[in-house]
Formats: sequence, C-alpha cells, structure tokens
Amino acid sequence: MKLDTALETPIYLQIAAGLEDGIFMGAYPEETQAPSTTELSVSLQINPATVLKGVNLLVEEGILYKKRGVGMFVSKGAQEKIREKRQNAFYEGYIRPLITEAKKLGLKEEQLLKLLERGYQE
Amino acid sequence: MNAITCTQVSKNFGDVKALDQVSLSFEEGKIYGLLGRNGAGKTTLLNCITGRMFPTGGEVYVDGETALENEKELKKIFYMGQQELYPEEMTVNKVFYWTGQFYGGFDLEYAQNLCQKFGLDPKKKTSKLSTGYRSIYKLITALAVDAPYILLDEPVLGLDAGHREMFYRELLENYAEKPRTIVLSTHLIEEAASLLEEVIILHNGRVMCHKTCEELLHSGYTVSGKQSEVDAFIAGKKVLSQQSIGGLKTAVIYGKPEEDMPQTLETGRMDLQKLFVAMTEENGGELL
Repeated sequence: MKLDTALETPIYLQIAAGLEDGIFMGAYPEETQAPSTTELSVSLQINPATVLKGVNLLVEEGILYKKRGVGMFVSKGAQEKIREKRQNAFYEGYIRPLITEAKKLGLKEEQLLKLLERGYQE
Repeated sequence: MNAITCTQVSKNFGDVKALDQVSLSFEEGKIYGLLGRNGAGKTTLLNCITGRMFPTGGEVYVDGETALENEKELKKIFYMGQQELYPEEMTVNKVFYWTGQFYGGFDLEYAQNLCQKFGLDPKKKTSKLSTGYRSIYKLITALAVDAPYILLDEPVLGLDAGHREMFYRELLENYAEKPRTIVLSTHLIEEAASLLEEVIILHNGRVMCHKTCEELLHSGYTVSGKQSEVDAFIAGKKVLSQQSIGGLKTAVIYGKPEEDMPQTLETGRMDLQKLFVAMTEENGGELL
C-alpha cells in the first residue's frame, strides 16, 4: 500500500482505499483475516487512530467485519460490493475530470467520443 | 480524564516572556506534536511541566494533582531533553539501571534488544557517544521506561535517515502495545506528521493552535493560477502567504476551499510543514 501525504485525499481515506484495492485484487480474500491496525500503523508509519478511522469506514460499509478477540475479517461478497461502489463513483472520479480537461484543451464531444472508441479498440 | 494539564503557565526571563499564559492538556494515550519555531517556548514549556524550571505563574497538574515538587506525579513523566544530566563516567547500562530504580519499572530486555538494533554498545560511557547515539540511548531509555507520559524534545537530533525511520517504527510498535501519552517536539515536521494525532503550535510563548492533525491539515489550502485571477479570489480572505513567479501566482489561504471555485484556479492541499511555516511567519499568526 502506498500513501501520499501530499495528496488532497486524507490519509484515512487513502488507507481505506488501499485495503479496498487489496481486497478487490484478491490479496486479502473474503472470509480471511485482514491486516491488523497495529500492523498497518507500524508498516505505514501512521498514527493508529488514523488507521482505525480508515478501517472503521470499511466496517461501516460492510466490507470488513470484526471478530471479537481475533481481529478484522474480509466480509463475504466484499469484492462485489467494492466493484459496485467503484462503478458508482466512476462518473465523478474519472468522467468529470476527463471532460473538464477536454474542454480546457478545446476538444469537442465528437472528438472525445472518437478517442474513447480508440481506447476500447487498442 | 487523566492528563497533563497546564493552566495559564507563564515563564519570564527578565523582560522576555518565554511563556505567556499557556493553557493546554496532553490527554491520556495520544501522540502529540509540539511544534514551534526556534525560541517559541517549546523546551521552556516542557521544563516547566517537569519541574526542571519553576513557572513564573500558572499551574501544572498531572492526573488532577499539582505537579510542582510532587514526586508521585512527576514519576509518571519521563522527559527526554537535550541536556546531558548524567555523570560523565556513567555507562548506558548504568543509565538503564538507575532509570529503573527511579521510575520503578524498566524493560531491560527490550532496551538491550533496541541497543542491538540501533548498533549501540551499552557498555559505553554516555559522554563518549556521538550526537546521534546520545539521542539514541535517550530514546531507548524513553521507550523502555514504565511511565504513562513520555515527553521527547528533539528526539531525532543527529539521527541519520535510517535510524530516524527505525525510531518512528519502534515508537509506533511500542505505542500499539502499550498506549500512553507521547509528546514529540520536533523540527522535522514532515517526517513526524503522520505519527501525530494532535498538534499544538506554540508561537512567541503562546498557544497559537491546538487541533487534531487531520483538522489542521484541512484548515488551509493553496490556490494558484493567473496573478489577476488569484488576486481577485483572495481579496478579503485570510492569506497566510503568497508568491508570484512571472504571471503565475500561488497563495496559501486559511480556511476551507469554496464549493464553487473558479474553474481556472487550481486548489491544492497543504502539508503540515508548509502550513506551519505559513502560520508562524511574521504576519501569519495575527490573521488567525
């Protein structure tokens, strides 16, 4: 997991996103234990309270769940949940900035659509 | 709640007000950053808290009890300062031993383990160590001592990058295992920023700001673009600093970015160090 303190995104959100990436790519399979707060805190050199804030976000979303006395586990169906969430965020996160930049460059809608088509064909 | 609490602590040196009515709390189990420019009063504050200096006014409490000349309460605080307080002939091993005697608890095995990791020979006399290793033996003492409040004044002074990283890791590991209050007073802000839960900025002997690290990082932003547009945008806002290169201008604004920023302007997040420098600049603080 790579964190960037210079980014606009707060660290705890970056931690949540990093864990999500790991789950999504299958590095932390469903129904297995996720890295502990301590592990994350020490290896990323981040205050445990910040790490916990990120982890709790995923608990709230049902992507992780707590097993009392054992630790955090990846929920069943977590991958699908993340896929759905990311599909929903795709417009704001990728399409909007794409169009802003395209407008800045003076690219017309047809030109942009052509580029998208090209992207799919290559 | 257990805490070290300062109420209106002042310290004068002749006409100079080194501390001017400082009120703050270091609460149980949190990692604090105590930041300030040179001469801001950080060391004086730590000295007053630990009774190495008598405040001119105000009061320091530890867990609700007056700390001044109160052995029971002062025992709860381990303070790593920059001064060398041990006799020249004393070896590192002896420092470990006596710290244990004074504080009533010291994890010797852990300390020896750390010595090995940092490459420090504990049979050496403290007075014969280099600047870096003088910091290291004190850090190891601080990590291994059994005290609920650990105050570290410039803990990484003279440490190379590898040792600094090692220290931050050890500190977090130690903290995870045994949460306690840790106060880091440091000039290497960027390195330490992500370790901190709360940040206190001292400026000219006063508390300029006390916020969670997250809040502080979100209390300012940069805006850049064409000079005329930036000037128009920042008019009437709290500008911490500004800089122009040719026709391009970047300004640091205190506050939150607006929802409807002009599209031609670019906003960015501040890192702790830049924000700190901007806030403690000549006129920066007066704006807050």
